[in-house]
Amino acid sequence: MSDKVDFIIDGEEVSANPDQTILIAAEEAGIYIPRLCAMKDLVPFGACRVCTVLVNGRPQAACTQPVASGIIVENSSDKILKIRRTIIEMLFVEGNHYCMFCEKSGNCELQALAYRLGISAPDLPYLFPDRKVDATHPDILIDHNRCILCGRCVRASRDLDGKNVFQFVGRGLGKEVQVNSSAKLAATDIDVTDKAVGVCPVGALLPKRVGYRIPIGERLFDHNPIGHEIETNIHNSSVKE
Amino acid sequence: METSSGNLKRVTIEPVTRVEGHGKVSILLDENNQVKQARLHVVEFRGFELFIQGRLFWEIPVLVQRLCGICPVSHHLAAAKAMDVIVGADRLTPAAEKIRRLMHYGQFFQSHALHFFHLVSPDLLFGFDADPAIRNVIGVAKKFPDLALQGVMMRKYGQEIIKATAGKKIHGTGAIPGGVNKNLSVDERDFFLKDLEKMVEWSHGALKIARDYTIEHLEKLAPFGSFDSNHLSLVRSDGAMDIYHGRLRAIDSKGNRIVDDVDYGSYVDYIAEEVRNWSYMKFPFIKALGPEKGWFRVGPLARINACDFIDTPEAEKARKEFMAVTEDKPNNITMAYHWARMIEVLHSIEKIRELLHDPDLQGKDLVVTGERRSEGVGLIEAPRGTLFHHYRVNKNDQVEMANLIVSTTSNNEPMNRAVKKIAEDYLSGNEITEGLLNHIEIGIRAYDPCLSCATHAMGQMPLIVELFDCNNNLIDRKVKN
Repeated sequence: MSDKVDFIIDGEEVSANPDQTILIAAEEAGIYIPRLCAMKDLVPFGACRVCTVLVNGRPQAACTQPVASGIIVENSSDKILKIRRTIIEMLFVEGNHYCMFCEKSGNCELQALAYRLGISAPDLPYLFPDRKVDATHPDILIDHNRCILCGRCVRASRDLDGKNVFQFVGRGLGKEVQVNSSAKLAATDIDVTDKAVGVCPVGALLPKRVGYRIPIGERLFDHNPIGHEIETNIHNSSVKE
Repeated sequence: METSSGNLKRVTIEPVTRVEGHGKVSILLDENNQVKQARLHVVEFRGFELFIQGRLFWEIPVLVQRLCGICPVSHHLAAAKAMDVIVGADRLTPAAEKIRRLMHYGQFFQSHALHFFHLVSPDLLFGFDADPAIRNVIGVAKKFPDLALQGVMMRKYGQEIIKATAGKKIHGTGAIPGGVNKNLSVDERDFFLKDLEKMVEWSHGALKIARDYTIEHLEKLAPFGSFDSNHLSLVRSDGAMDIYHGRLRAIDSKGNRIVDDVDYGSYVDYIAEEVRNWSYMKFPFIKALGPEKGWFRVGPLARINACDFIDTPEAEKARKEFMAVTEDKPNNITMAYHWARMIEVLHSIEKIRELLHDPDLQGKDLVVTGERRSEGVGLIEAPRGTLFHHYRVNKNDQVEMANLIVSTTSNNEPMNRAVKKIAEDYLSGNEITEGLLNHIEIGIRAYDPCLSCATHAMGQMPLIVELFDCNNNLIDRKVKN
């Protein structure tokens, strides 16, 4: 471990290890930087851009950007919040996210971020894409309507389960998560106990027949906003260093 | 759209609601200004049966309740009951069934209270012909503040019960296939016990208003929008009223049983729906009688008529008094719906009392499953009447087919009949009078149809009335907000 580097986040001085990302360093200092693709035990990916911060005035993904001595990071300025809200809104409008009946509601990181950032309804026009549900597997389903292409399942299946069940195909608006079978999910070797099944931040990859088992009031974000545990230092780091 | 030809005039009354449902009344006159035909056109609920196809079956109880914001619990529970069949849960745990029942009685209490106090009481307290400027919920609040407060607090009590059992006052998630996701804590129970007896007392008060009004004005009310009809309801296997679960019973206007002791899972053998080219709403009928004679009423009046008894003492006493008016024969008076509805309010709060004292509500065994099935039917008595949910689910757990028969659909033909009867009695000449407007509104309101949901808050249904001559020229138009 080399010497610490010091930098500033929102006017607060933070000391970090030089091999840390801004996101991890901030988290250890009790500062929550919103994120959707970043997750503990998964390699940083920089896919969702929700963790975008301004580093010396330039937008950077905090989950992949290493700390550097003396940098000035903006995580809660009006400018960065506006960028972040727009990114979240784009995620909402380019899929079909119906929180009102989604079984992930209350446990959904996208929904929780929208609440945290004060987004009640997107200003951008909905695209209403025609997307499919793959319910062929007896215990697991993929609802592509809700997929935000964060790649958590891709990385978890490859790196934690050693199976490589998921992969991205296509580009731009045509990009989607596909399974490693010309048939559907049922033809893959995924199992409901795989780590990949539990990492989806939204309601896209789900175990079957357990929806709504957790009553309203006991769900993850029913009482505290997302990031609360980082800001109150209740848990250890939730993201891989 | 109705047609007019020859020397006929067309009167169109268009109630415009602000949220779900959109209704319009049209009355076709002949050359002598006599009512030839009356139709209530309703556009609501269409689409749900289609767009839930492909969704996962456990989503349906949460999804489909979005049909409505006034009694979503009915759809939530009817769908959950159908999904119980899908997951092979033939018998729920005592905790699960009782939590669901508590949710349902809470809903009956709030929905009926809302309808009676906010919507109907102005008509009863001020009279049908009173100035609309005071004949509304604000007028009630000014002249009868205690009563208005009771209405608000009774609704709140029911809503709090829904919140405690479903997680939210509107559109909760409590009922899941095979059971429920939470029980009732001791703290929650004690919270409801605190105000319980006050709610019982106020329910008696509301019942008395409805009863006294009906008895006092029986001569006027008996023929008002009234007609003989069949009545359909779920009843418990021993004949008791049971709004959560039972077997299908249909009686005719004299009380003869047409359908009895039928497992609702086979409802398709007994009930069919007719499509008519002028309405988006279907017309359900009893198969054995055919579409002409097989239509039926549902809701409070039908339930009181169809059951043999009520298993709570105060409501049973009230039922006997109600039935005595028609010498124990079915009551076919449209305006008697209000009295019947308040008997159910009393029954609901008595049931809530019974349940709150039952330790099963604190049970921890909440979900059961059994052998998976591909088809499920769930019926429940919603505040407005028998509600049918029927689903087929494929091997991937996705809904393939859904059929919903909602209460207002069953009351479609009866509401048309009521409107026709009222138009015959109150329409004179080719001018739209305030009296006609009021009376049609009051007749429809007796059924508490979903199309009036959005008007609850204002206490009256906005109406646009247009009168056309036989050549479709507009000769009169009145707007009532």
